[in-house]
Amino acid sequence: MDKMMDSNEQLVQSRKAKKFNLWLGMIGMFMMFAALSSGFIVYTASGIDKGIKTILPYAFIYSTVAIVLSSAAMHLAYTAAKAGQLGRQKLMLLITIALGIVFFVSQINAWSTLIDRGIYFQNPNASQSFIYVFTWLHLMHIIAGLIVLLRCYMGAARPISTDKNQFRMEIATIFWHFLDLLWIYIYVFLLLNQ
Amino acid sequence: MSTTVISHGAADHDSHDHHHHHETFLTKYVFSQDHKMIAKQFLITGIIMAVFAMVLSILFRIQIAWPDAEFPILEVFLGKWAEGGRIKPEFFLSLVTIHGTMMVFFVLTAGLSGTFSNLLIPYQIGARDMASPLMNMLSYWFFFVACIIMIASFFIESGPASAGWTIYPPLSAVPTAIAGSGLGMTLWLASMVLFIASQVLGGTNYVSTILNMRTKGMDLWKMPLTIWAFFLTAIVGLLSFPVLVSAVVLLIFDRSAGTSFYLSDLVVGGQILPNEGGSPILFQHLFWFLGHPEVYIVVMPALGLTSEVISTNARKPIFGYHAMVYSLVGITVLSFIVWGHHMFVTGMSPFLGGVFMITTLIIAVPSAVKAFNYIATLWRGNIRFTPAMMFAIGMVSFFVSGGVTGIFLGNAALDINLHDTYFVVAHFHLVMGSASIFGMLCGVYHWYPKMFGRMMDERLGYLHFWMTFIGAYLVFFPMHFMGIDGVPRRYYSFTDFPFMEKWVSVNILVTWAAIISALAQVAFLWNFFSSIWLGKRAPQNPWNSNTLEWTTPVEHFHGNWPGEIPEVHRWPYDYSKPGHDEDFIPQHIPYSQTMSSNHLHDFEGDEEAIRIQKAWNKENDREDVTFH
Repeated sequence: MDKMMDSNEQLVQSRKAKKFNLWLGMIGMFMMFAALSSGFIVYTASGIDKGIKTILPYAFIYSTVAIVLSSAAMHLAYTAAKAGQLGRQKLMLLITIALGIVFFVSQINAWSTLIDRGIYFQNPNASQSFIYVFTWLHLMHIIAGLIVLLRCYMGAARPISTDKNQFRMEIATIFWHFLDLLWIYIYVFLLLNQ
Repeated sequence: MSTTVISHGAADHDSHDHHHHHETFLTKYVFSQDHKMIAKQFLITGIIMAVFAMVLSILFRIQIAWPDAEFPILEVFLGKWAEGGRIKPEFFLSLVTIHGTMMVFFVLTAGLSGTFSNLLIPYQIGARDMASPLMNMLSYWFFFVACIIMIASFFIESGPASAGWTIYPPLSAVPTAIAGSGLGMTLWLASMVLFIASQVLGGTNYVSTILNMRTKGMDLWKMPLTIWAFFLTAIVGLLSFPVLVSAVVLLIFDRSAGTSFYLSDLVVGGQILPNEGGSPILFQHLFWFLGHPEVYIVVMPALGLTSEVISTNARKPIFGYHAMVYSLVGITVLSFIVWGHHMFVTGMSPFLGGVFMITTLIIAVPSAVKAFNYIATLWRGNIRFTPAMMFAIGMVSFFVSGGVTGIFLGNAALDINLHDTYFVVAHFHLVMGSASIFGMLCGVYHWYPKMFGRMMDERLGYLHFWMTFIGAYLVFFPMHFMGIDGVPRRYYSFTDFPFMEKWVSVNILVTWAAIISALAQVAFLWNFFSSIWLGKRAPQNPWNSNTLEWTTPVEHFHGNWPGEIPEVHRWPYDYSKPGHDEDFIPQHIPYSQTMSSNHLHDFEGDEEAIRIQKAWNKENDREDVTFH
């Protein structure tokens, strides 16, 4: 019995630590975008011919709606997992994944809008190139997020133990909300510099 | 229920579920998730990289000392890079670049933090392993692949990267600029991205483990200074490495996607490049936002290791434990707001330069606090000059003598003269190069028994120390004078210029000193590798040290302690406490077993404990000791 207590305690401790790892990782990820932001500010201040100098594509608004909705769906999937409703959890996860993909497509769509306007990635005004870099780097994270969601879905479909499922869901939820907030940060940052 | 009373001797360690894994060669020695094995992997890889980078430095030192002489043997080994026995200018630049990159990142970052954070964090805070052993393993393998890629760049037609370890654009951003800007630079960048992944995985794990996995009683203010140093180092890494990722991402786009973040108005080989509007200074800002914290990532673990070793071997509590911690915190915070001192001559506004100058000079305060505390710890100590202690004291020496010149360089006005001269080379090779490598070697000698269960040979240790110590000063000290005279760094054969001709003799002295101290490393390598099998068997606590790692058995197994993890009752520096029969009291010994040496303030205001102690004192005719 003692042994079980011991390993149980250790499991709780190690999960706490893993969750903490995620927070630290998110700080690291945020620092990348903070670096890009400060790079953008320094670069844009270097001349009057620099800056975004265009209206950001409408597709960004659709993206924002999609990712906020996906965050809400993720929250519902998480509460379902906590309540032990496996079916509902799977459904909500699928919705989250679908909205994530919508977000992805919408971002690519925004790029084509920019290209139509003649605003290319190769650009003597690198402030405009920065738009691509911000969104591209964020999309790379979205891909990672989608993989995490898929893994959750597969765990729920198998299904793995409730306890493990809930922990996985908790981690995935935090990460997905982070990606949502990160996009909102990027969007607001770009809007303020428009 | 009846199992609650078990004696946790070494015999019943099989009862723990950690030991049910069946280990194969592959899981034990290669893809190990055990922090001790990963530490050894980091250390041995780090040592191999150090030897590699040291050989590179000897090669370019030969060129600097004898620019006109021919060494046919070089051609045998280096082929067309040393045609006619003389190192080519392009290859010289590669040598300097890769020497710096490997030493800073692979040896003094991964080799130092990677080894000792992995080894000591779980041991000293009382944990069975890291928060995420898997991430820890990945951290090593990313690092390993990074090393392989960097070495691989020596085997390609156009040679390794040669834009300097700081890879400033445009040399690094225009693949056609010089030979090393092509595939060599691409490999450099690929290697560095993997390296950063490794550092972030490792660093996250260190922070999380320290904050979440400490044993009972191990509150933050009972942690050894090593742990404080690793903790703050990991935080610095976590905040600064991602910035380098961003800088590198933009650089990669400039190289291969035709963007103009860093490039503008360039003509290469008569061809006008299409890139326009970029700013190479932007790269410098982003680079040094990592680059400066990086030097503290390199030196802080060394400071932590030496704190522990100096206190143990002076048989005295570390002087000013809290001040030591606060100065590390101060260095951590300040390290992020001084990067501009690398850029005083980039046309920065004098006002901004002034700001960076002030923040830079303020770093001297916490650094000096540490230096004084080391000296005060040594003062009237009962010093045991073990090889580890020698290296620890050597580290303090380099930290002081190299730190002093930092005050010169931190001044914007003086830096205009000294920038990019040998003065800078001398400064950072002493303060972060030699100091950190001495911290690392001090750690190796001190914790070798813990890692391999054997002792290293002391005599070879002393030989290694004296030759390296004197050698390092002979190599780097003369460079100060060259720098003041205006000799620029990274030049292929500066003595061809009449006004620098006079430095030829000094160059020869420096190169001989470098060669001899490189040979001294053979003593270390022999000692290190042969002692794994031939060394004297180590006792459990060879240095009579207080920290928890010495309460584990000499034999390694996954989980560290056979029974329960010991509880911590006191700080780690109870050395030579008056009234105790031994000159050390390990952290897990409760105060109830040391009645004859307890101070009243040891109980941190616990009335009951103070009452019991006072009663005991009265009974045994002992005065109440307190410093309040």
